[in-house]
Amino acid sequence: MRNVHKMMLLAGLAVAACALYLFHDLNGSFDYALPRRGVKVFAMVLTGVAIAYATVVFQTITHNRILTPSVMGLDSLYMLLQTLLIFFLGSDHVTILNKQVNFLLSIAVMVVFALLFYRLLFKKGNQPIYFLLLIGIIFGTFFSSISTFLQVLIDPNEFQMVQDRMFASFNNVNADLVWTSLAFVAVLIAVAWRHNASLDVLSLGRDAAVNLGVNYDSLVKGMLVLSAVLIAIATALVGPITFFGLIVANLSYQFFKSYKHSVHLTGAIVISIIALVGGQWVVERVFTFNATLSVIINFIGGVYFIYLLLKESRSK
Amino acid sequence: MIQVRELTKFYGKKQVVENVSVDIQRGKITSFIGPNGAGKSTLLSMVSRLLDADTGEVLIDSTNTKKMKANDLSKRVSILKQSNYMDVRLTVRELVSFGRFPYSKGRLNGEDEKMVDQAIGYMDLESMEQSYLDELSGGQRQRAFIAMVIAQDTDYVLLDEPLNNLDMKHSVQIMKILRRLVDDLGKTVVIVLHDINFASVYSDRIVAMKNGRVVKDGTTEEIIQSAALKEIYDMDIPIQQMDNCRICVYFNS
Repeated sequence: MRNVHKMMLLAGLAVAACALYLFHDLNGSFDYALPRRGVKVFAMVLTGVAIAYATVVFQTITHNRILTPSVMGLDSLYMLLQTLLIFFLGSDHVTILNKQVNFLLSIAVMVVFALLFYRLLFKKGNQPIYFLLLIGIIFGTFFSSISTFLQVLIDPNEFQMVQDRMFASFNNVNADLVWTSLAFVAVLIAVAWRHNASLDVLSLGRDAAVNLGVNYDSLVKGMLVLSAVLIAIATALVGPITFFGLIVANLSYQFFKSYKHSVHLTGAIVISIIALVGGQWVVERVFTFNATLSVIINFIGGVYFIYLLLKESRSK
Repeated sequence: MIQVRELTKFYGKKQVVENVSVDIQRGKITSFIGPNGAGKSTLLSMVSRLLDADTGEVLIDSTNTKKMKANDLSKRVSILKQSNYMDVRLTVRELVSFGRFPYSKGRLNGEDEKMVDQAIGYMDLESMEQSYLDELSGGQRQRAFIAMVIAQDTDYVLLDEPLNNLDMKHSVQIMKILRRLVDDLGKTVVIVLHDINFASVYSDRIVAMKNGRVVKDGTTEEIIQSAALKEIYDMDIPIQQMDNCRICVYFNS
């Protein structure tokens, strides 16, 4: 099967998943149920796009296919920020109550952090990938330890607010943020899409990319910030999902035999829409809410991650 | 002409390239020789902007490379390094097509395809252009990478030890191709070599480096002399004239 046909097949599946989720068992409730389902589908699609794009790009700039942008500790940073806000400002402060303000603040903090990360790791020449992993793990642990510490001290009612944001949930997506997120994602991807060919060159390694006239440093920096913003958006919309990007990116690499980012980015996006919308439908209709999608994703993702590790170690 | 002006590079506190100035003439093969750790590869990396120099500048046809856009520079100077690690699986043709990136930005037009065909033909890779690189032998892979550089169509081609890990037959094949690039297409080739006999037989000029400095710079006849080699390698190397080649017999000196 050629790549075009595979892509059409997957796109068909994605549309089918969305239609199934929207219209299954609707019982003519066009005024009540449909708009609510619509917002959820929309949020899931946005999340899928953001995570898929961020992961594929991040894996290219780090030259590693078993990393996700969350190794930078972005998820834990998000939790730390929420905890700090509630701890110091209280749950009735504008930065918590106004979701748009909270959203923009989260994005700003995560971008600043990504830039610091870039300075630490990418700027000083070719630091080995282990360094990135180690620093990321240390930051992640550091952030979540502080969060836990503050959460212990916090007033129990306030803690409810924190907990609300701790777990990924597609059952109560942040509907207020959908439009802001859409604007961000659309603009970012429109800008980033032009760099697909440069990202293809980046897969040849730094030296070859510089030789071919790619502005390596600024491209890596830009793409790192892009990943951070996209992850921030996905996290703000539904909460942290660790393994999801890893699954969809690698499924796309396996499914499409190509070196082109335009193919893999589209592929990963479509696969993630199928997985999220289809998965959520299964959770709601088959498991009747007895399991959450994030648990299933992390379970499948974990198994797949181990499979990838074993495969990589065998191929070396 | 590439003019290197007082280039210096430190790795930590160690100075690996010390105040090097050297001119590389157009339309010639210039070989860089010298013991391990002399700074040859570092110098080549700085000339091609893979590495930032700590001080000094590089002029290409009288323009400072720092003032050139990355994309413009990549149409004039290309470099091939020793290790060619890749994240992706590519066919020979896909790799060679990447050489057209500075011109086409990934969208190859008719002329780009023609250049790719030419480069593949030049390196005698037609029969394997659809093969994946990881299915090829070391020599074939090296030829594919050189084909990419040829497709890049730059006046200046820098090669960092292109004969590494190649057997005699493939080494000779590659050196002959480089000679043709200079003689037929008017390119300028700069090459780091470890085997001084390849340098002696194929190059027009030789630059010898030692401890981060240029110790000798001249025509091949001037450098391939026992006295000069003694200064570069601290070895007494007798030189034999065989046909038109000057061969250094260093094996038992």
